[in-house]
Amino acid sequence: MAWTRKILRINLTQGSCSSEALNMEWAAQYLGQRGLASKYLVSEIDPRVDPLSPENKIIYATGPLTGTMASTGGRYSVVTKGPLTGVIACSNSGGFFGAELKFAGWDMIIVEGKSSTPVYLHIENERAELLPADDLWGTTVWSTEATLKKRHQDPLLRVSSIGRAGENQVLFAAIVNDLHRAAGRSGVGAVMGSKNLKAIAVRGTRGVGNIADAKAFMAAATAGKKVLAENAVTGQGLPTYGTQVLMNVINEMGALPTRNHRDVEFEGARKISAEAMHEKRASDGRAHLVTNQACFGCTIACGRISRIDESHFSVETRPEYWGANGGLEYEAAWALGSANGVDDLEALQFANLLCNEDGMDPISFGATVGAVMELYDLGILSKEEIGLEVPFGSAEALCKLAEMTARGEGFGKILGQGSKRVCARYGKPELSMTVKGQEFPAYDGRALQGMGLAYATSNRGACHLRGYMVSSEVFGIPVKTDPRETAGKPEMLKAFQDATAVVDSSGLCVFTTFAWTMNDIQPQIQAACEGDWSQDSLLQMGERIWNLERDFNLAAGITGKDDTLPPRLLNEPCKTGGSKGMVAELGKMLPEYYSLRGWTPEGVPTAATRSRLGL
Amino acid sequence: MQKSLHIDPGKCTGCLQCEMACSYEHTGAFNPSRSLIKVFDFHHEGRKVPYTCTQCAEAWCLNACPVEAIKIDVTTGAKVVLDAVCVGCKVCTIACPFGTINYSHETGKVQKCDLCGGDPACAEACPTDAITYIDSDWTGLERMRKWAQKTDSAARV
Repeated sequence: MAWTRKILRINLTQGSCSSEALNMEWAAQYLGQRGLASKYLVSEIDPRVDPLSPENKIIYATGPLTGTMASTGGRYSVVTKGPLTGVIACSNSGGFFGAELKFAGWDMIIVEGKSSTPVYLHIENERAELLPADDLWGTTVWSTEATLKKRHQDPLLRVSSIGRAGENQVLFAAIVNDLHRAAGRSGVGAVMGSKNLKAIAVRGTRGVGNIADAKAFMAAATAGKKVLAENAVTGQGLPTYGTQVLMNVINEMGALPTRNHRDVEFEGARKISAEAMHEKRASDGRAHLVTNQACFGCTIACGRISRIDESHFSVETRPEYWGANGGLEYEAAWALGSANGVDDLEALQFANLLCNEDGMDPISFGATVGAVMELYDLGILSKEEIGLEVPFGSAEALCKLAEMTARGEGFGKILGQGSKRVCARYGKPELSMTVKGQEFPAYDGRALQGMGLAYATSNRGACHLRGYMVSSEVFGIPVKTDPRETAGKPEMLKAFQDATAVVDSSGLCVFTTFAWTMNDIQPQIQAACEGDWSQDSLLQMGERIWNLERDFNLAAGITGKDDTLPPRLLNEPCKTGGSKGMVAELGKMLPEYYSLRGWTPEGVPTAATRSRLGL
Repeated sequence: MQKSLHIDPGKCTGCLQCEMACSYEHTGAFNPSRSLIKVFDFHHEGRKVPYTCTQCAEAWCLNACPVEAIKIDVTTGAKVVLDAVCVGCKVCTIACPFGTINYSHETGKVQKCDLCGGDPACAEACPTDAITYIDSDWTGLERMRKWAQKTDSAARV
């Protein structure tokens, strides 16, 4: 029983903290983290609730393997109804906070209501209390963490908090823990802000014991680590280059969305790639990249620690940004760079730092900047309206817009509403590169047909982490498929989506699946947890989670019509490169996908499907 | 051969597998707060440094203990706390210049690295060989090897 079997329930309206038993019947059906938190959320809130109202709830959930020696076993998820999308939001983060929460003796925290004044939650093992955060309100994530460690005289405190973006209810505000790890997507930070909850600070000294079969677990975890170490991607590629290993690869395929998806190749890609991060700069003779860094328990260590160029215009008068700090991952480098045509690595790093410091999702922020730049390019948005010139490729504009958005200044307030609302506001909704209101990540859905379907059907809006078809279409994991082909993609995507839901519910990181299959993951879960966790039951659980999320989204008001892509991806062929002439052929895949899912042609789970999955 | 823990901070990724392995070995639970090795993150320098007892030959803790609760394990050379003898007076924690012996309020005793009786769990768990368990007389061997490699005294024409 790797669960602590305890939930901490916080009612902000009443100012109360209480302990309750974890529903073990649900744990047997949904495992933990994403699955189990989603079950609690859908059982406790009206799907039609306004995401930023006190009636929404926000859940911070660990998995049974969180806080164990399983490699990457440090994850937690934040589950709520997302303000950016209006559907279920489930944002997953690494770092050290999740494991610490588990060590304090809690599987999850359910936060409900709204505090009348800013507060933070302080947890020390079984003791939890809400404390005033008036002095923290208006400060950054980084400053909040430093202040709380000092206030509680505890340098070992782990903090998860929002910055000014979350306070200002930027619709893509993130929740950031351990300075630069984030529950990044769908605006979960804005929900925290709407509740006047600034931070959760936790210290746990109870540890995770009571593994169901400790000996078998240690053997399975050790075997798993060996597989990761010996795999080319998880053993060499990711530790050396991070996820940024993708930049040149995806660009060369003609799959790198550029300038708000006008193009699929970026002429500046090399300058913002992993390779560029390793090169010595002309200005100071140092490389941008300092070292790699692991999250809790992770034997891959893909995280980047970078040092910005002190002479760069963004920081030359701001020494507080000069030290080593969280560096660019691929998605951030793409969104801040290629998506708006900026090839200045140091500018990207500065914008990335601001995203971490004030809690914003760099994907949605960068992609929204791309939309703003296109509106500007078309003459729809003027310099006067924005307050500065924002041509594609402007590093100055990127840096300035990041500051304005994080602080809620001027046009930043509008940009902070995300691409869908910005484009609608200026009469060009078709220019928003989003699905269900959420901005695309870094792979063009025309060049990779399977990714196009993954985006259209993802339960949290456009997302690469709900079914990472790139694995197959680019890397050939587990088998190579032709990215131009639609045949076979619906079936493969369904399998990816269901398996990913399992990983996201366990406490493990999905990046392990570059090397691990269910044959590596299942023995770790089975040894740690009581009950039947055969591969079949796990995969059926993944499917159950997917349908649970779908049911919630349908009840929240979406229909099959929302399972689509922007007209640019459906109608405007890629202009150059290996994907030249291609559009996303969603119509060829979606009906088959629905059918494989056991859904009606309108995308609704049938009674038979729901009954088969125990929903 | 007597061995000692050897730490190369340049290889550390900060994953804390060592802290979990240590606590699991000593308490049966994954619990970094009970680990006898700690990893420090010097964030703005981009450095992570694992740190634990160096097993001093002339051990301050051992010499300071008024009840002789710290003994030398003759096989490993580790300075080991005898829980049955320790009275929790904490004098050793004051004496140790490195801070690597600490009091545990849960047990009422002090705790320090005991080299796991000669098979240190931290070294076993470290995925990057930042922590190794090597010949205590040759902890400089790898560094010597690196410098030796740079030496070029061969006559070349």
